[in-house]
Amino acid sequence: MFIEFFNLLRLHGLKVSLDEWLVLMDALDRGMAENSLMEFYYLCRNILIKSETDYDKFDMAFAEYFKGIESVDEIPEELKQWLSQDELERMIDDMPEWAKEYDLDTLRQMFKERLEEQNEKHDGGNYWVGTGGTSPFGHGGYNPAGIRVGGTGRHQSAIQIAGERNFRDFRQDNELDTRQFQMAFRKLRQFSSRVDTAKTELDIDATIDATCDNAGLLKLVYEKPRKNTVKLLLLMDSDGSMRSYSRLCSQLFQAVNQSTHLKDLKIYYFHNCIYDYLYTDPYIIDGRWIETDWVFRNLGSDYKVIIVGDAAMSSYELTARGGNINWYAWNNEPGINWLKKFSRFYHKVIWLNPIKESRWNHAWGARTINMVREVFPMYELTLDGLDKGIHKLLTN
Amino acid sequence: MKKFRGSSDYVASQELMNAVNVAIQLQKPLLIKGEPGTGKTMLAQSIAESMDMPLIIWSIKSTTKAHEGLYMYDTVQRLYDSQFGEGDVSDIKQYIKLGKLGEAFTSDEQVVLLIDEIDKADLEFPNDLLWELDRMEFFINETKETIKTKHRPIVIITSNAEKELPDAFLRRCIFHYIEFPTEDKMREIIKVHFGNVDKKLVDEALKAFYDIRHMRDIQKKPSTSELLDWIQALQIAGCDVKKIADEIPYMGVLLKKNQDIETAQAYRFRR
Repeated sequence: MFIEFFNLLRLHGLKVSLDEWLVLMDALDRGMAENSLMEFYYLCRNILIKSETDYDKFDMAFAEYFKGIESVDEIPEELKQWLSQDELERMIDDMPEWAKEYDLDTLRQMFKERLEEQNEKHDGGNYWVGTGGTSPFGHGGYNPAGIRVGGTGRHQSAIQIAGERNFRDFRQDNELDTRQFQMAFRKLRQFSSRVDTAKTELDIDATIDATCDNAGLLKLVYEKPRKNTVKLLLLMDSDGSMRSYSRLCSQLFQAVNQSTHLKDLKIYYFHNCIYDYLYTDPYIIDGRWIETDWVFRNLGSDYKVIIVGDAAMSSYELTARGGNINWYAWNNEPGINWLKKFSRFYHKVIWLNPIKESRWNHAWGARTINMVREVFPMYELTLDGLDKGIHKLLTN
Repeated sequence: MKKFRGSSDYVASQELMNAVNVAIQLQKPLLIKGEPGTGKTMLAQSIAESMDMPLIIWSIKSTTKAHEGLYMYDTVQRLYDSQFGEGDVSDIKQYIKLGKLGEAFTSDEQVVLLIDEIDKADLEFPNDLLWELDRMEFFINETKETIKTKHRPIVIITSNAEKELPDAFLRRCIFHYIEFPTEDKMREIIKVHFGNVDKKLVDEALKAFYDIRHMRDIQKKPSTSELLDWIQALQIAGCDVKKIADEIPYMGVLLKKNQDIETAQAYRFRR
């Protein structure tokens, strides 16, 4: 079996599982590739690829695998067997009347001729719409109007389509697996029934009591549903040394942003350390900010705070007045004091550091990392660290 | 084996038809993703129509639980009945109410089952349905009865990509992403909906429509259904065809956010 294609897909970072591969084999055995590489291309994509963000990688792998193939003879033996086997069955079974006159060899010959005609570029395979009706390889099965009923030409256009890489825009390399982070954030819940909503949930204990009081006649008692009361303030270090972790951070950001179960979520940004202002977007532009004091005034101490940053900076940025790396935003109070203000005001604060814990004492900025660690409990920004951190946020 | 070939009022691309047929033949659920307004939900209707099968729609909401789709046991009704001496309480069966999935499984003919907007539900929701969708059967605890499909339904699942779906679930699906229709495809769609419209009007409207979609700052891009509404509005109002692309009358039909309308107007003045 042309297992190399499978390996190649995996090499391109596509998480194709053996299950899916076997399903594809099954589909091919049933002749579902409709004797054309075009159908084969879509069949593979439908079965193996589960996100449009992976379409581009798939196109690249497909093009790479089938690129060298210029003629029918070069199609990998296994694949050709499938295709021709299918051809035979179709000839006998449900080829249209007029097509049955050809024997397999003639068909092959025509395949080749057709292929030679098709050397110019076609527009994403649409070219075939017109020619459909005339090709003996056109098997109407999939399309009533005889659309794309080309013979081998389709294998070329399949590669062309793959070569065009129409799905490049969908590619999001930062898209990795936010799901795991999301699952971690789901643990960030504290339930309370003291929320103003209608009483919609059956209170079983109270119902039993009320029913007993009611001499055994059923009496239903409802209560308010329990709601998550966790409010989260997320502060992210952006720019500078954090750039190398941008992928990890954007994963975290996406996960938090999609956590719909939080009662409130506020996100602000800073550069290296927190001073008088917090920025409202990750571009860190002067003026697009709010006063840090505003946060203290408006976001109560019941907010849980997660600060994300590498905490690696020059130590004067933490300790000196005017130590702000941004020349125009003079700070009267050293950064470390601002951090301490946070830890005094908010009861639950954790610091997530994308630098691995094992390197906190050796990495560049080890000195400031440890100064920050004295203020906040610090965890590494991994699934594990996030788990621990969230646990910390929830326990007393 | 029956095959899906699109229906009179739904323009399906070749790839989409392929995907549907692959799913039908392999008997696996078909997961459809795509921008809002690319006709994901319409697809199921079209399949049902063209293959002459009943359509069962299970619309997922944020509160939907997996077992709701299977069955609900109406304990309260049974308790009431026992107290007031109504109905045959010993027959638990009559208090079991099948959900949409249960309905599809027990149907006497093959049906098309649409699980609409699966990503709206809880993160764990798709995982809870793995067994049922795989084996097409489930067990009713109260009656010790196994519900099995007589005819494996054609399962269509749509997602707007609000949440990521679990891998285990994805592995079991056939996947297809509906691309936003190109201008040519859009013409076809318009034709299916309105028959022969003034070609000039369609030209101008499409030009304006794709212009707006390509503006960078638009937050909610207008979709196919909005374009169709807009063309209808233009037809009824009988606007001057030449002015459509420049003035964009009834912009509110295309753009639903104040900000977007302002952006579009700003672009217009710049030209």
